[in-house]
Amino acid sequence: MGADIGGGGGGSGQDPLSPPGSVLVLGVGNILLADEGVGVRAVDAFRCRYVVPAAVEILDGGTAGMGLIDLIAGRKHLIIVDAVNAGGAPGSIVRLAGADIVPFLRQRLSPHQLGLLDVLAYLQLMETAPESVTIIGITPDDMSLSLDLSPPLQAALAGIADRIADELTGLGVPLVRAGEA
Amino acid sequence: MRITVDPITRIEGHLRVDCEVDGGKVVDSWSSGQMWRGIEVILQGRDPRDAWVFTQRICGVCTTVHAIVSVRAVENALGLEVPLNAQYIRNMIIAAHGVHDHIVHFYQLSALDWVDIVSALQADPKAASNLAQSLSNWPMNSVQEFTRVQEKLKGFVASGQLGVFGSGYWGHPAMKLPPEVNLLGVVHYLQALDYQRRANQIVGILGSKTPHIQNLAVGGVSNPINPESQSTLTLERLYKIKALIDQLGDFVNQVYAVDVAAVGALYAEWTKYGSGVLNYLSVPDMPLDTKGTQFALPGGYIKNGDLAGMKAITSYQDQYFEKGVKESSKHSWYQSTSGALHPYKGETKPEYTGFQDTGKYSWVKAPTFYDDRAQVGPLANVLAMYALGHEPTKRHLTRVIEIASKVAGAPIPLAALHSTIGRHAARAVRCAVLVETLDQQWNLLMQNIAKGDFDTYNRPRFPRGEIQGFGYHEAPRGVLSHWTVIRDGKIANYQAVVPSTWNAGPRDEKDALGPYEASLLGNPVADPQKPLEVLRTIHSFDPCLACAIHMHDPVNREIVRVKAV
Repeated sequence: MGADIGGGGGGSGQDPLSPPGSVLVLGVGNILLADEGVGVRAVDAFRCRYVVPAAVEILDGGTAGMGLIDLIAGRKHLIIVDAVNAGGAPGSIVRLAGADIVPFLRQRLSPHQLGLLDVLAYLQLMETAPESVTIIGITPDDMSLSLDLSPPLQAALAGIADRIADELTGLGVPLVRAGEA
Repeated sequence: MRITVDPITRIEGHLRVDCEVDGGKVVDSWSSGQMWRGIEVILQGRDPRDAWVFTQRICGVCTTVHAIVSVRAVENALGLEVPLNAQYIRNMIIAAHGVHDHIVHFYQLSALDWVDIVSALQADPKAASNLAQSLSNWPMNSVQEFTRVQEKLKGFVASGQLGVFGSGYWGHPAMKLPPEVNLLGVVHYLQALDYQRRANQIVGILGSKTPHIQNLAVGGVSNPINPESQSTLTLERLYKIKALIDQLGDFVNQVYAVDVAAVGALYAEWTKYGSGVLNYLSVPDMPLDTKGTQFALPGGYIKNGDLAGMKAITSYQDQYFEKGVKESSKHSWYQSTSGALHPYKGETKPEYTGFQDTGKYSWVKAPTFYDDRAQVGPLANVLAMYALGHEPTKRHLTRVIEIASKVAGAPIPLAALHSTIGRHAARAVRCAVLVETLDQQWNLLMQNIAKGDFDTYNRPRFPRGEIQGFGYHEAPRGVLSHWTVIRDGKIANYQAVVPSTWNAGPRDEKDALGPYEASLLGNPVADPQKPLEVLRTIHSFDPCLACAIHMHDPVNREIVRVKAV
């Protein structure tokens, strides 16, 4: 681990969720191109819908490529949320993990995946890649110039936030809905 | 024979390059941007104070630069001065961003056009380490380090995949470095990954957030300075930045500049290719006063390579610059009834026709400076700074040329800079100058704070009626300018004339070739199916339109899709 945050001792070294920020939820995409920015909008929706625990950091990665290296380096788990043209109706969600990711990325539909694939490869070379990488992909509808999501994607945001929550729960992160604490 | 290089790219749209090849040389070429950029449209009617938040999302590489230029353009329209602390903080952000960008460009995005990864496996690590130590006293040139990296590389190859290296043209006849130099390149490629992070950390500390900075404001920056408060820009954070600056200086001077000189010397024939347009445009940057009339780094216009006759651009109010810029859409997919237009009058009305060799063939417009094409980028800037007697530029340029001459065993003239390899050399020189500037700006900020000046912001006030302004920045890829017309406090027109537009633009009003196009004439092409040499020249510009020009093809893992007809 590259993180330098003191864990406070107490033998918590085996805890998969320490130190704070061990899990990065990274929304990527270009918010100037409507649904292309759904990843960024979705992590915002998650932030509004759930109380974000200390183990998790939520990040708007925007259109960045190499600039993400420093932000991903040393994390245990990485969850990427992005527009992915996996077919199906606009707003459909696909989950990709492990060996799925590379072959799927070769289908290349959202251009950022290529950037992220490179970033992940650089992290491997630097021996600071996350143990697990998961992509939550959303089928876009409209990729034209607009700051607003298309209606079907706007309607899908809450469901995407819940899928992010499921993913985190699967990693052993307990979650509480905002306002229910 | 016609070859089309149509790389996969992201964000700002694809760059497509078509070349007519005859007898192993390029005889004609077309540079085409394949995606429409419509930021201008999205900004109309918005609050000018917010424009930078949107413009920094134009591109995934150049986020910071579009943010800075946007606030400069609005400040220029208002005649608003910027407090010294804000200038220094902005200068440090853009200098650190530039250092980051130049390191990444040389190592991660273009070194593998010249360095053969597979050949590095054959190298003798001891001989490679000795060679490296004869050129530089960098402590990480040890035999142990070279052996470790070679073992790691062997591990990748043994696993049946070369990882990020899977897409290169290994074993191509144009790859000419000995195995030891290739290993040296690989060792420093990996070290560069670590050092580019450090440059980005400076941007993150000052910009409050990466990848998109949050500390800008029209009128200054939003960083409160209070040496006694933990939540502001504290001395502790400033000293962390100082340590990072010093580490970057070591890497840039002892590794990057030396590698560029050595690789350039071993590919000396590439000083004969790639010159193209010899009009060079750059702008001064790193303002040292509140109005933008004094700068740490000079810039200006060099016509037809004549350094002695160059004209300096001297302030944010410079009329010579403001009046000289126009954009032609004659060969671009926009309506173009009234000839080339000044950016204040610029129009962005799409008119797609398909690819027409003698008609319209690009989404990129063709900018001109007093009706001539101009090349922009570190080479343009370094030539201008050299011609204007900028001492650090002269010192670093002389050093790079001396190292290259030593490796080549023959003196290399200054004129060798007008070339493919010259653009890499100039970028390394500019990177070394930027690290020094970063250090200088850090010192200026500390001295100013020590005087008790904590100001970082002047409040903008928007008048009724119409005002207009421009802002410029000598960005990593060259002159970036934003132009805005503001009516009753709202944006009425906004045009971004980006560096890659200057360089990648199609033919202009007079049908003159753009810098990419002109640079490719005479470029060798040994194998049209693997046009490595075309990539070398295009990559030397650091194309942002093709910021992903180096990425994997999703299907066959080649760098680019090549169609030879």
